[in-house]
Amino acid sequence: TFAHADGLGLGRDALPEEIAAWDKDVSPDGTGLPEGSGDALTGEEVFADKCAACHGDFAEGIGNWPKLAGGWGTLDREDPVKTVGSYWPYLSTTWDYINRSMPFGDAQSLEPDEVYAIVAYILYSNDLVDDDFELSHENFAGFEMPNAEGFIVDDRIETEFPKWVGEPCMENCKDEVEVTMRAMVLDVTPQVESGEAESP
Amino acid sequence: MTNRTSRRSFLAKGLATGAAATVAGSANSATSDPLITEVQPWAQGLGDGVDATPYGLPIEYEADVIRRNVDWLTADTISSVNFTPIHALDGTITPQGCAFERHHSGAIELRKEDYRLMINGLVDRPLVFTYADLERFPRQNHVYFCECAANSGMEWAGAQLNGAQFTHGMIHNMEYTGVSLRTILEEAGLGAAGDLAGKWVYVEGADASSNGRSIPMEKALDDVLVAFKANGEALRKEHGYPVRLVVPGWEGNMWIKWIRRIEVMDGPVESREETSKYTDTLADGISRKWTWAMDAKSVVTSPSPQSPITHGKGPLVITGLAWSGRGAITRVDVSRDGGKTWETARLAKPGERMAVSRFYLDTDWDGEEMFLQSRAMDETGYVQPTKTQLRDVRGLNSIYHNNGIQTWWVRPDGKAENVEVS
Repeated sequence: TFAHADGLGLGRDALPEEIAAWDKDVSPDGTGLPEGSGDALTGEEVFADKCAACHGDFAEGIGNWPKLAGGWGTLDREDPVKTVGSYWPYLSTTWDYINRSMPFGDAQSLEPDEVYAIVAYILYSNDLVDDDFELSHENFAGFEMPNAEGFIVDDRIETEFPKWVGEPCMENCKDEVEVTMRAMVLDVTPQVESGEAESP
Repeated sequence: MTNRTSRRSFLAKGLATGAAATVAGSANSATSDPLITEVQPWAQGLGDGVDATPYGLPIEYEADVIRRNVDWLTADTISSVNFTPIHALDGTITPQGCAFERHHSGAIELRKEDYRLMINGLVDRPLVFTYADLERFPRQNHVYFCECAANSGMEWAGAQLNGAQFTHGMIHNMEYTGVSLRTILEEAGLGAAGDLAGKWVYVEGADASSNGRSIPMEKALDDVLVAFKANGEALRKEHGYPVRLVVPGWEGNMWIKWIRRIEVMDGPVESREETSKYTDTLADGISRKWTWAMDAKSVVTSPSPQSPITHGKGPLVITGLAWSGRGAITRVDVSRDGGKTWETARLAKPGERMAVSRFYLDTDWDGEEMFLQSRAMDETGYVQPTKTQLRDVRGLNSIYHNNGIQTWWVRPDGKAENVEVS
């Protein structure tokens, strides 16, 4: 056990079953997916049972809870609706996130086949597949999401830095200063009880 | 009822006395100040013993210096955020007890005895560490700010929340003690990863949300810390006890709390927190991803809506915070007229890389209204832009990374309001 020739010899070897228990992330090419499958109709039942209370029967979202479907073609509008169908670039993320972190409050309780079925249902809710569509570890990597090409790597260094570098204006920088917006008018700030600070 | 009435009248009387005392404190006072001329109870009796408070909280008169949340921001308070009372703090170190929180599945309780950290993936030897193991590695100390990517995000479309705590309080600045992530990766051995250029680490927490994020190897081997102490003591539960990741200069989401696993990988996972969230949509509908660094930013913390001027004309301390994820703050300018003219403020001490700087403008207030702004510059030469400049590049739907210049409209009565100006 003194094999750590280059280090301090701290820690111990991770066992395969320990790595399998914790390393569940799925990459865009499907690496990390377990074997399994599920179709949209089965997914509808699982979704109704475990997801719809927050996300709605049709994945449309209830109240302030996230919408998982809809919003197609809204990304360049005033209030874009960002859902799995309208925004998410990779299907792997949907599988991975549901598998590890949903349902909210009861995470890591789903079997792989249930996750495949739920993901298939979410695709169906987004009009991306028919209701007889079956998703499996075998056809997973071939599925392309509508907004897959909708992302660019951070380009601030090229698009912003050159504009905002150098000695800034110090005097006579503008002629007029007029108030164009006031938070007081919107009045959505939590109110602190007057005198709270001074209460004896 | 009787008690309450008498208590109220007592309070009213107390306030009147307070007002009189304020007047008495002025140079032209004719009446003496009873706080001086009369023996006060604290000057006569006894205070608390040293056994009264094994671990203390602030005195009750500071009860407003607390974290606050905004109900309508999120669907519930579990996957949500609260705000540091920056309007009431000074210096640069954030007291842990009022330093903001952001959780995705709540603040979990994880004992040191139950803590495990796994290193796996493209390493020579996948390892498991206990908490006790981590304390045996060589340690480093650094002060860094942690700013939520969404800090000021509610202000993209205009002035919305009335107070620096709410507009700029998703930030804290602490002195961390921890182990370099490079040291831990090298303990597992990176030979298996081959050429490290283009390699990534994926880091996740022990909580249900996991908050997994992909970090390029270059950053992982540079200045990232696996930290277990902040401001001298163990991390607070809500800040990742017993171990969190510290990612200097980069958006707070990547500061994985309750960190349980680090995987060396060929590529990014493109997890939920770097696709659905923490991507910044531009006006044309295309979104930036991997916007890791937090750009130079500043805010006047006082005067501000929650910290009005109550002393009238004359000497006034204008103060605030500045920080940059790309290096040290080198200068902060302050404007009192909405950006027509600027004065260079005084930094309390030389800027430190990826840490908050405190600035002061010691000035004389003539009682006229002011449109207060601050403008940070960092060691790269970058100058904090206006919100208009940001919107010209990005539109209104970026959600994250709003580092635009803030304006407070200070009125002749000393009250201040969050506004936008032309």
